[in-house]
Amino acid sequence: MNKERNIFQKIFLPRPANHRRNTTGSLMKKNWQSYLLLAPYFMLFFTFTVLPVVMAMGLSFTHFNMLQAPQWVGWNNYIRLFLENETFMIALQNTLIIAVVAGPISYVLCFTFAWIINEMPPKIRALMTVVFYAPSISGNVFFVWMWFFSGDRHGLVNGWLLNLGLSEYPINFFRDTRYILPLLLVVQVWLSLGVAFLAFIAGLQTVDKAMYEAGAMDGISNRWQELWHITLPSMRPQLMFGAVMQITASFAVGDISMTLAGFPSVAYAGETIVTHMNDFGWIRFEMGYASAIAVVLFAMMIGTNKAVQHLLRRVGS
Amino acid sequence: MTPRIISKKTHRSQFAVYDERGRKIKLAKRGKKLSRSVAGTVALFLFIGIFAVFMGMPMVLTISNALKPLDELFYFPPRFFVRNPTFSNFSDLFMSLQQTWVPFARYLLNSFIITGFGTVGHLIFASAAAYPLAKNKFPGSRILMSIVILSLMFSPVVTGIPNFLIITQLRMVDTYWALILPAFSASLGLYLMKQFMEQVPDSLIESARIDGCSEFSIWWNIVMPNVKPAWLTLIILQFQALWATTGGVFLQSEELKPLTFAMNQVALGGIARAGEGAAVMFITMMVPVTFFVISQSRIVETMATSGMKE
Repeated sequence: MNKERNIFQKIFLPRPANHRRNTTGSLMKKNWQSYLLLAPYFMLFFTFTVLPVVMAMGLSFTHFNMLQAPQWVGWNNYIRLFLENETFMIALQNTLIIAVVAGPISYVLCFTFAWIINEMPPKIRALMTVVFYAPSISGNVFFVWMWFFSGDRHGLVNGWLLNLGLSEYPINFFRDTRYILPLLLVVQVWLSLGVAFLAFIAGLQTVDKAMYEAGAMDGISNRWQELWHITLPSMRPQLMFGAVMQITASFAVGDISMTLAGFPSVAYAGETIVTHMNDFGWIRFEMGYASAIAVVLFAMMIGTNKAVQHLLRRVGS
Repeated sequence: MTPRIISKKTHRSQFAVYDERGRKIKLAKRGKKLSRSVAGTVALFLFIGIFAVFMGMPMVLTISNALKPLDELFYFPPRFFVRNPTFSNFSDLFMSLQQTWVPFARYLLNSFIITGFGTVGHLIFASAAAYPLAKNKFPGSRILMSIVILSLMFSPVVTGIPNFLIITQLRMVDTYWALILPAFSASLGLYLMKQFMEQVPDSLIESARIDGCSEFSIWWNIVMPNVKPAWLTLIILQFQALWATTGGVFLQSEELKPLTFAMNQVALGGIARAGEGAAVMFITMMVPVTFFVISQSRIVETMATSGMKE
């Protein structure tokens, strides 16, 4: 029984024995079991996710080669990165192109596919979900694009071009600076219908059917209006989540470039921030410099995510 | 344009509406509200059809290539579909794996240990942490959750280098732990699990608490059995990541490397091994895809709660 006590009682009368003030300390004591459940996960989480971010930030101001102790160099790594490193500018540009092109495209495709699939009968819907989702969970299978765009005449595309007489010699797709980036974009989009896509499919199934009924009475007459005025606003949480997934993935492109275009790629045409970081981190062992690259990438990812979330709050309004 | 009803689901939703006196109200515009223009439908289905081909073609090629005998792989003009399917690529791959320095069974065991422990541990650790975050309010719960959400906003590639340094310091390089322990604390799993657990009715937990259950037993005996669909989601997300790993810089001893690494090595053997390479790709692809096909409906169920409020 916690009856409201007036000011007089509060000051002059002792607190009843059963009344516990909710101080932080007492709340923490009360919830000790919760902390116990949290502890194993968060110990690892802080060790392998939070601490590394802090360490990367710290190391980015040092010169560190893993053999000698890190040496403080101030902003030097960043100055070198932005003013003296032309390859980084290529990497930055490529990463931005991929993020700006592949990111939104894959996001819109995720939603569009989920939206169309949602109106299909359940069996076909399940099949289509597998077709679209499979590439993103198949590990290194994106290597199959090598069979399409292989540089010799055994590559499917070259074979077709030669056979139809459209080209006189096989085109070395993944070694030609004109083709590398566009092809990487295609592969990235192909790979990117992941968790966000599933979240959209699931989200569409949970949109309240009564909303559509109500919308119809309010004069919504076609599917496009229905999409904009009912479906999108009621899926805002999933849209947010999907955006985070797609943005993060589109900035982290690196593996496909290293596997398909080579590492380093011809004239750095396929260089991204991630491949650049791998170059300095794992090959030249300039860990401080590589950390500075990581911090730049980190800032770009977080910044874009925050900005896009801000935008998405206005969907359908 | 003729109004048309497309799916059965929307058709069924034509319920009757009654007024206060219980008379049925006729809704004049019933058909119109579900109007789907034929042109729009055709356009959308055409659109998705084209993309389905784009998305599916590489997968079909992977299957087709795995079944091609070597001469068909290098046939000119190249063929997309296999003419004389054979399993020789798989038997060749198996033969090659028999001849490796480290026995094939060891690679397989390594893969089982890494994916098995990594996945199960992640499921247990992440759901143990997800339960209090979803259901209890205590100092720090909000800030922990916002850190987890923030960590979804950057990719693990960012933390690769410091992570290596930390794992070196912990003397875990060249042990399974180097791959397993970081996998335990993947943040997407915790996030999805927490969102899904919020659906578990509070009354269920409250009544258990009145019965004197500890938080631990509420989590294990009451919440966990109720979130089985989310188990599968966490398992497949973690499984496919660990299944695809080759050990990278963390595993240096040959006898600790997973199967994916061994298969990739075999596949790197040049033109003579092209067939085996195709078989490797087929196996790498089919394992997670089969897993997903089996558990699809549960996974989609989990994803329904994935939304972010902020």
